[in-house]
Amino acid sequence: MAKRLSVVDPDRCVGCQECMFACARRLGQGGLEGSCIGVHSNGGFERGFVVIVCRACAEPPCATVCPTDALVPRPGGGVKLDADLCIGCGNCARACPFGAVYWDEAQNKPQICVYCGYCARYCPYDVLALEEIQEVPDAAQ
Amino acid sequence: MLPSDPLSRVLYVDLTKRRFEIQQRPELFEAGMGGAGVGIRLLAEECPAGADPMAPENPIILAVGPLVGHFPVASKTVAMFKSPHTGNLGESHAGGRSAVSIRMAGYGAIVIRGASASPVYLVIEDGNVIFRDASALWGVRSSATVGRVIREREPGSGERTIMRIGRAGERGISYAGVITETYRHFGRLGLGAVFGSKKLKALMVAGRRALPVADRRAYREAYDAIYQSATQSTLMKKYHDLGTAMNVLPLNEIGGLPTRNLQSGRFEGAETISGEHLAEHYLGRRVACAHCPVACIHLAAVRTPHPSEPYFWKTSMIGYDHELIYSLGSMLGIADPTAMLQLFDEVEVQGLDAMTTGVVLAWATEAQAQGLVGTAETDDLTLAWGDAASYIAAVSRIVTQPTAFYRALGRGADHAASLYGGEEYALTMGGNEMPGYHTGPACHLGYLTGARHSHLDSAGYAIDQKALARGDTLTPDGVVDALLAEERWRQVLASLVVCFFARGVYTSEVALRALATVGFERTADGLLRMGAETLHLKDAFKRREGYDLTALRIPGRILETESPLGAVDEAFLRQALARYAEEV
Ligand code: SF4
Repeated sequence: MAKRLSVVDPDRCVGCQECMFACARRLGQGGLEGSCIGVHSNGGFERGFVVIVCRACAEPPCATVCPTDALVPRPGGGVKLDADLCIGCGNCARACPFGAVYWDEAQNKPQICVYCGYCARYCPYDVLALEEIQEVPDAAQ
Repeated sequence: MLPSDPLSRVLYVDLTKRRFEIQQRPELFEAGMGGAGVGIRLLAEECPAGADPMAPENPIILAVGPLVGHFPVASKTVAMFKSPHTGNLGESHAGGRSAVSIRMAGYGAIVIRGASASPVYLVIEDGNVIFRDASALWGVRSSATVGRVIREREPGSGERTIMRIGRAGERGISYAGVITETYRHFGRLGLGAVFGSKKLKALMVAGRRALPVADRRAYREAYDAIYQSATQSTLMKKYHDLGTAMNVLPLNEIGGLPTRNLQSGRFEGAETISGEHLAEHYLGRRVACAHCPVACIHLAAVRTPHPSEPYFWKTSMIGYDHELIYSLGSMLGIADPTAMLQLFDEVEVQGLDAMTTGVVLAWATEAQAQGLVGTAETDDLTLAWGDAASYIAAVSRIVTQPTAFYRALGRGADHAASLYGGEEYALTMGGNEMPGYHTGPACHLGYLTGARHSHLDSAGYAIDQKALARGDTLTPDGVVDALLAEERWRQVLASLVVCFFARGVYTSEVALRALATVGFERTADGLLRMGAETLHLKDAFKRREGYDLTALRIPGRILETESPLGAVDEAFLRQALARYAEEV
């Protein structure tokens, strides 16, 4: 079964950004470049935080709008980037309603969560978890 | 330092000419590493001798350090300037997202020179500075609104800091602070007034850089070790649970909680303003500085009813810490937590230093009770212990200054007492209003000798409390040695720049290991030497500006009110001061 990162309870998030730094550190460097998870306040620290990370959609709009098929839907949900095919048009980033497609300015290519769960290991307050994607029966069908 | 580390880039912004340039200053960071070490060197370069703190010649320096952006709890920015409050060294530290944002924008330090002709706010990005008109923001009643407007108007949410001043800073109140991320402050010594003198309403810094490491594997291993100890240490857990407010009850218990302008060391209302009570009945949210898992920032949810309409509540989230509970709670005899929190909020709206504001009001209360001033001076207010509504009204008058008395209060307790009398109970040391510990001689010596005249310089209160617990007798020499050792080591932490709350996590060994992974090869001795040198440079700056340790005023009140270690003896303090002056 495919896994995805789940934001279990954003109301518990303290905005420490450990997850953001963890994601960048995966590549063995400090700082934030390359981080595929974002935490920002909900309009001021007093209102808590919003955690933005790829939710591994079953029908990912980012892949739908990609003109070169550089974003390949993953069985079970989510996408994988074939960087060689990417022309850097930015359609995917605009199509994601969550804003979870981050952008690598230097390479002019999207940065997409690889569903590894490294960030969740550093969340001190159990806001994040790597979970198996459950098939949700579609009520409309 | 790794050659590709952007730490060595110093951004110079000239507000007069509205220009900026970036200089590579690796030698500065090799010598001072960052934070306090780099800040004091830049201040010595930039600030002419005898500079007027409110003139364009007074620079603002913001410095971060080599571990910021790499390691957890390395989350502070050190601000250096000449203080309009004391007329001497101005140094103030703040967290929030300030340090990470400056580092992520690719700078080790920012130097702000000159003064703008009209209100301005700065947007600082990697390699770029935008000067934005702030005329419409000037005079806005609440500092919170300023943050909100810039937050909405500028991009970069989550990866930026927004430092701003309130009206107190605009009007040059000598202890106006700078607020960052709503709940953290460059509180002490008047950085807000220096911002105001430059017509600098706010400063936003944003970025998301990569930072190089010397050895990827060693870096991740060092990270994990620090992360583990930061999240598992019992002290850090306490900071998360109750926050600094955990100190209120134990201090009160031993008789070291300054109460009613230090007429007493015990407050009968301590229970209801304690960390325990606030956590139980008011705590609404905890938040963290960027890259710190501890989340020590405690926000109280305060419900205030509409004056006339039933069931119409507004809910405010108000930050609290031990120092505010002391200065605006016990020091003013306020035991009602809601009223105390509302007073915090007013101080925040105006953008004042909470600690100095409380001590100034405590002096004013006593001065009024003694008849040194009357209602003509106070603009019809009667300041009385416990009367939060009058204090809230007085806070706003400190900024609007309807009378000469409030103009005097706007320059601190020292200044006000020099005009109206009551010096013996004007609780300032080195010109700065005292912090919330009256534990014995060491805490006061720490305030007197510390480079910032703060409890954080050398933590004298810890020396007192240790002596109390062990039943040791303190000696002037012993206290001076302990204070100096602590203050020197803290220069190292303040240069890295690590939050002092994590001083137990960042031992010398841990700091060396972390530094090595990011390209700073140092030795334990080397760190100590660097700390001593930084303290020495601060002392040299202070002496140049007329500071004389042996001529410091010791307020009579600290000698009169028994401390947990008994009465503090002036001869003890004087002897220690003389020794400190030789040693530093
Ligand atoms: S690590 Fe957890 S608590 Fe910290 S910002 Fe990320 S989601 Fe929030």
